[in-house]
Formats: sequence, C-alpha cells, structure tokens
Amino acid sequence: MSEHIVKSYETELNRLRRLMTEMGGLVESQVEMATQAVLNKDAAAAAHAMETDPKVDAMEREAEQFVIRMLALRQPMAQDLRQIVSSLKMTGDLERIGDYAANVAKRSLVLSQFSLNFPFAGLSQMSRLVKENLKTIIDAIGESDADKALQVWRSDAAIDDLYNTIFRELITYMMEDPRTITPCTHLLFIAKNLERIGDHATNIAETIYYAVKGEPLTDARPKSDISAYAVVRPAGE
Amino acid sequence: MSNSITEADAKPNIGTVSTRSTEALNEPRIAIRNLDFYYGANRALKAINLDFPAGQVTGMIGPSGCGKSTLLRVLNRMYDLYPGQRATGEVLMDGENIIAPGIDLNQLRSRIGMVFQKPTPFPMSIYENITFGVKLHERLSKADMDERVEWSLTRAALWAEVKDRLHSSAMGLSGGQQQRLCIARTIAVRPEVILFDEPTSALDPISTLKIEELIDELKREFTIAIVTHNMQQAARCADQVAFFYLGEMVEVAAAADMFTAPKQKRTQEYITGRFG
Amino acid sequence: MSATLSHRGPARDAVVANALSRRRQRVNFLVEALCLLATFVGLAFLALILATLLYLGFSGLSASVFTTITKPPGSHGGLLNAIIGSLIQTALGTAIGTPIGLLVGTYLSEYARGSLLGEAVRFVSDVLLSAPSILIGLFVYTVMVSPFGGFSGWAGAVALAVIVIPIVVRTTEDMLRLIPVALREAAVALGAPKWKSIVFICYRAALDGIATGVLLAIARIAGETAPLLFTSLGNLNWSLSLTQPMSSLPVTIYQYAGSAFDDWVQLAWVGALLITFGVLALNVLARIVLRPRT
Repeated sequence: MSEHIVKSYETELNRLRRLMTEMGGLVESQVEMATQAVLNKDAAAAAHAMETDPKVDAMEREAEQFVIRMLALRQPMAQDLRQIVSSLKMTGDLERIGDYAANVAKRSLVLSQFSLNFPFAGLSQMSRLVKENLKTIIDAIGESDADKALQVWRSDAAIDDLYNTIFRELITYMMEDPRTITPCTHLLFIAKNLERIGDHATNIAETIYYAVKGEPLTDARPKSDISAYAVVRPAGE
Repeated sequence: MSNSITEADAKPNIGTVSTRSTEALNEPRIAIRNLDFYYGANRALKAINLDFPAGQVTGMIGPSGCGKSTLLRVLNRMYDLYPGQRATGEVLMDGENIIAPGIDLNQLRSRIGMVFQKPTPFPMSIYENITFGVKLHERLSKADMDERVEWSLTRAALWAEVKDRLHSSAMGLSGGQQQRLCIARTIAVRPEVILFDEPTSALDPISTLKIEELIDELKREFTIAIVTHNMQQAARCADQVAFFYLGEMVEVAAAADMFTAPKQKRTQEYITGRFG
Repeated sequence: MSATLSHRGPARDAVVANALSRRRQRVNFLVEALCLLATFVGLAFLALILATLLYLGFSGLSASVFTTITKPPGSHGGLLNAIIGSLIQTALGTAIGTPIGLLVGTYLSEYARGSLLGEAVRFVSDVLLSAPSILIGLFVYTVMVSPFGGFSGWAGAVALAVIVIPIVVRTTEDMLRLIPVALREAAVALGAPKWKSIVFICYRAALDGIATGVLLAIARIAGETAPLLFTSLGNLNWSLSLTQPMSSLPVTIYQYAGSAFDDWVQLAWVGALLITFGVLALNVLARIVLRPRT
C-alpha cells in the first residue's frame, strides 16, 4: 500500500502501530517474568511482573486516547479504520494478558512456600507454548501479518489440550494427598491464567486478521478447553 | 482488576469481529447494462453495469473527471442537450431502455429529477419556482397547486422558513435555502428517481447536514443517486456506494462494506487518501 | 548568493528589492498622472458641450416650443410637429426592430451555437451594427421611397428599425449567453421543453440586460439624422400621416442649425437640448426600473 497523501496521518498510523508493539513487548516480558517466578520460584521476577502492571494500564490508556483522537481528527476509512479500531480492541486484550500475568506472579509467591514432590513439566511446556504464541502475535501486530495471526489462531488448540492434561493431573494429586490442595489449586489457577492468555492471543489474532484482510476469521474457532466438562473420580469408586 | 480473576470469570470477550454487512439492498429501480458514453471520440464511461436499488441511496465517488457526473447526466439524458455526446448500452427502467431514441425526454425528466451542484433558483418568486415544473406536467386548480407547493416545501424542510414570503423572489434566500428550494421544486413534480450532483459542495456544513437529513427522509419515497466528492458524505447518506476511476466503475458495494473493507486496491487507496 | 541559502530558501537582497520598489512607485505615479490628465481633457470637452447646450438651449426654451409647429423664420414657430414626429417614428422603429432583434438574438444564442448559419448571421449583424447610418437611409430610400413614390413616416420608422435590430440582437445574444448553463439545465431537468426554458426562465433572467439594450437602441435612434434624411425627409407642416413625409427633431435641427436665421438656430439648440434630456431621462428610467433586484 502506498504512502498516505497526508504525511502527518501516516506518521500517526505508524506511531499507533509502534505503541501497540511497545505495549505488546511490555506484556510479553511481564508474562516471561511471571512464568519464571512460577517455574524457578523467583520472587524478584514475580515482583517485577507485578510492578509492570500499572505501566501496562497506563499504556492502554495512552493508546485509547490516541485512537479516539485519530478517529475524531482523521475520520479514517477502510484499512486505516480497521487498523485503528483493531488497535483499540487489542490494547484491551493486551491489558487483560498483563492482568493474568500479574495474577500468576502473585500466586507464585504463595506457591513458593510449599515444597512439591511432582515436576512442573506440563506447566513448563504450556508456558513455553503460550510465550511463543504471544511473541508471534506481537510480531504480527507490528508487521500487520495475517499469516502469523492465523498460525497463532491455529496453535491455540495445543495449549488447550495441555491445560486439560494439567487439570486432570492436578486433581489426581489433590485426591492422592489432600495436603497438596492449596498449592495445587494455585497451580490450577496459574494454568487457567496461562490458558486465558492463550485465548487473548487468539483474540488478537482474529483482530489482526480482520484488520489486514477486511473480513473476519469465520471458521469454527479451535476450542478444546474441555475441563469445564471434566469429571475425575477417585480410583476407588 | 487483576485481583478479581477467578474460575467464575466469563470467557474473555471473544466475539467475531464485525461480519460483512447484512444490510440488504432492494430490487433495482434502474439497471445500467454495459453502458458506454462518448464526448465526441472520447470514451468517458466504459462498460458500466450498475443497479440503483429502489428506495435507497446510491452514492457515486471518485476523483474529478472519473465519469460519475457523466453517469448521472445519462440517467436523465441531460447529455441530449449537447451535440456530440452519445451513450450506448442499456439503462433499464421498468424494462424500458431510457437511452434509446424515441423516448419522450420531457416525460422521462419528470420521472427522473435532478438537483445540481450550485443552487439554481429561477428568477421568480418562491411559489412560482415550485409551480413552474408542476405546470409542465399537470393541470391543477389553485387550491391543489397551493397544496402541492406546501407539500413539496414541507418535504424539503423549507416550509416553515418561507411560508410567509412565498411570493417574494427566490433569489433572496440563503444558499442552503435555495438548494432546498431546488429540491422542493424537483420533488413537486413527483419524480420516481432523484439525481443529486454534488448538492452540497457550495454549502456551509450546517446546510450540508440539513440536505443530508433531507436525502435520508426522501429515500423512503424516491430512489436516489448522489454524486459527491465528500467521502464522509457518501458514508453518511448512501446505502450503496460505487467507486469510479478513469471512466470505469471499479467497485460497488453496500456503504458499510465499501468504507470498512473495500475489495479493490484502487478503491482502498482512494478512500484512505493514498491515491497516486 | 548560495551562501545565504537556508532551509527557508534563497534570501532576498534588500538593496535590489528597494530599488525595484522605488521604480514601481515612480511608474505607478506616472501612469496615474496620465490617466487623470486624460480624464480631465475628456471631461472638459463634455463640460463645454453641455454648458453651450444648456446656455443656448435654455435661453430659447419656452412653452410655445411645445405648442406651435415649425413656422417660417421670424414668426415665432415651435417644434411640436418635430417632437411628435420623432416620438412616432422612434416608437414605431423600436416596435418593429425589437421583436426581430430579440428573436434573432435568441436564435444565435440558443439554437445556432457552432452552426455556420449562426456565424454568418452574427457577422452580418455586427457589420450592420457598425454600418454608417446614412447607408441605412440610402438603403431604405432605395427599397421603400423610390418604388412607392415618396418619402413617408413609414420609411423613417423602418430605417430606424434597421438600426435597432443589430443592437438588440447583440445585447440579447450577450445577455442570454451570460445565463449560467446550470439554470437552463435546471429548467430542462424538470422536463421543460426548450422553448419554455427560454421564454420563462432565460428571458426572465436576462430581462434587465435585454431591456437595457432596447433602451440604448431607443436612445441611439432618437438622435439619428442621417437615416431620416432620405426616408421621412422632414415636414414643416403638421402631419400625422405615416404615408406622408414626417417631421423629426434631428432632421429639424439639421435644417435649422444650418440656416441663416437666428430664431431657427435658436430653435435648433432647443431641439438638441430636448433630445439630450430625452435620452438622459431614458437612461435614468432604465436605472430606476432595472435596478438590480435582490
């Protein structure tokens, strides 16, 4: 697409895109810190992840103001309009991701007080997948890349599957040893939060796809979080 | 906010982003088929196919000289006034090709009215401005004529402003009022279709909005085609928008689709201001 | 100068700019002075003419000028027959010439755009506009006076009409062309046939201009002498018959002014004064009636 006739408009569109990737980067590092805090019992990383949250909120407000200003002053059309409105939606998603990351960090502090005798292999793999998706989707924001968005959108199913596995696993542990109920519940929430982060990344993927292509991703969204229907019974029954 | 996250949280707000517009377009009132137009040897319109849905507004946009006004002037055969201008193809209204020879032009123009870029009040009273057109096609009693004048002026949202000076000169009205008088004059003839050729380009923003509101009112009774340079205006007024470039119709779509997700690259570049 | 180039573009040399400015002011002064001088010279002549006219005209003006007809020298005649003759012939000339001129002008503006016939008609009309009026007198003499055996009021009126036609043609065409295309199209777009849009819209819009043209034509023929010399000839007796020679102010002025009798010369001045005031009145009338309406 060629340059805009009005240069300052072009500059503003670029600034908005930069603002989004900046915010994305901030959220990405926040998630990184939070998962580190859980997996490595790293209290400093947890603190860092929680401190970042107000910054993310502030960026969200800034982006929101900027979008409203552009809508009022530029009367954007077509893909400009889609980009600007999509930015507004995506800041919302990014802010939520930040919230989840902060929540994960907070739980990691509680979790670190328990010594658990089972490995976090599933959680570690899940967080790796989530971070990968997050990174890809933030690149997609910066590059307006619908293919990358589609890739993220498709790979969310794997995260959901992992979550289901972790869910069953943790319930089994709790049934085996009621003393693990507290840490396992926290772990459950942590896993759920990571899964949610994945969902928001998928949200962003849909938004990017629409912004770039002008048509929504209409196929049935990969949805395989079936934990809502999961029933795990003690082996004796 | 971050503290309230519980398992009971509703699913994150994941809905589909807005879908293609569902606003349906009506049956065509006028259908253009394979229309070519020539100014002498210069082909100004190339193989145009376009439907004007009944009771709705079709907006035509495009850079100057793209042929959109030419198309409008084909519809009421205004081009017949000028030698050397000719159209080929079909413009169908009620199954009849209105650009064929042998069509009664005066009658055609009473069915397809036109409002021009600059207000063109006739140099006579407000009342006579309205009756001029009506008298061409109907014989009305004084009472009926008075009623028609009031009706058309009311429909054009001008009655309240001029009812006490119907017999003073129309030249004394403001630009916006003059344009509404021209609209009143056009609808007084009771056409089926009204063509607007950049009707607000000479008006201030408030008068412009009044005209736009009027167009929105009028589309219940009339099929409307509007040529405009103001894209926001097309977005505000039109149900369907057609984009013209260099005598070709590049794209036509429901207005909501045209301005959110046009299909053609040239359309996108034009409406986002990236032309050339 | 390239050293002074900055992001603002080349700088301006103040010395050159001042010199140019002074030169401009000098030229400006000179041109203004010449214009004023020319204006004063022109006005001076006009003032002299008017002063002479008023002085000599008013000194001979009396009620008898309007009540008695021309009489032999020394018998206190008036100009009644000349005034009435002029009024009749001017009115007739206008009445004959205006409709013809109007229609021709309409044809040229509305129907003959770009046509060869239209170009030819316009050319002929323009030639006629600038033709010497004595020629027109001779023409009418040839076609009306000699074949029908005598000078007549009719012939005078026709000669004047021939002068009126090209003036009205020109102003009608010009005024109709000034009407915006949009106005005609607006009328046509309502379904009006062409003649209706011309008669009800264009004439109405061009009324002021066309009427001004007609008044100008009247003013012009009111003072014409040459075309009447060979047509209505002039008549020193009282006659309202259009088939007989008819008196008129210009011809009477022509005859009296050249005579050896003081009272006749005096009457010629009075006649000139009357024509001048008549034309002035027409102009004032035109301005009042045709005031631009809002």
